[in-house]
Amino acid sequence: MAHEWIFIGIILLFGTIFAAVPLVVNTIVAPKKPNVLKNETYECGMETVGDTWIQFKVQYYIFSLVFVIFDVEIVFLFPWAVAYKQLPFFAVVEGVIFIVILAGGLLYAWRKGALDWV
Amino acid sequence: MTASQIFFLLFASATLVAAYLVVTVRNLIHAALWLVASLLGIASIFVLLDASFMATVEIVLYIGAIAILIVFAVMLTRRVMEDVGPQRTNTWWFGAILAILFFASASTLIWLTQWPTLPEGDVGNTVLILGKSLVDPSKYVVPFEIASVLLIVALIGSIAVALPSKQSE
Repeated sequence: MAHEWIFIGIILLFGTIFAAVPLVVNTIVAPKKPNVLKNETYECGMETVGDTWIQFKVQYYIFSLVFVIFDVEIVFLFPWAVAYKQLPFFAVVEGVIFIVILAGGLLYAWRKGALDWV
Repeated sequence: MTASQIFFLLFASATLVAAYLVVTVRNLIHAALWLVASLLGIASIFVLLDASFMATVEIVLYIGAIAILIVFAVMLTRRVMEDVGPQRTNTWWFGAILAILFFASASTLIWLTQWPTLPEGDVGNTVLILGKSLVDPSKYVVPFEIASVLLIVALIGSIAVALPSKQSE
């Protein structure tokens, strides 16, 4: 099956090999002399204080919620943009209405202060 | 066995293994990452079905947005990263019965439905056809515009629920 996705499969395969070969060779060839200092998470740099599994601020969640909405918008607009040049004027206006309605949502999020980083 | 059948078995088994790990690993972040792997397997099955746009949607929406949303939701919760309790409750048999009933009814429906098959040969640029019919007044333009209203309702609703009120600060 000659397929355009074959190329993505090949890139995926060779990308994995490309990343895996140095790691595997390192594991085989490198001498292993571990000590306490080497086994630190950050051999150099700041040591973490306390548990690293902390509770995130709700702010992140609101940003990702807004992102999800506009991600769905992209899915709807992508076929419209592909067909753009073959569409009558009326159909183009429909797409613009779609964008304007969602721009209202962005305006709401903005005015409500959901996009302010605190 | 053709090459596409081999690929299907490969991707389907990878999807199932990842889906099994989603419900069995104890670290919630790891479960979310296995969910990403499982969704990637479903995307590759869409590729095998010649539904490139659906595969892209699967990656952009489910992996790019919803899985990330789940990861954020996990990070918002406190102290549930390492679940140490038993993974089985006393009413596990009730859940098992429900799951078997659901599986039986869903597979019966799938078995009984007459699925339309793709016409032979090249169907053309499916994304282009989809784009044209989405804004065609005689086809899907009303659902298309209602989708934007639905999205704005979801956006405003989620902000109204999730945004911390000004008084509490």
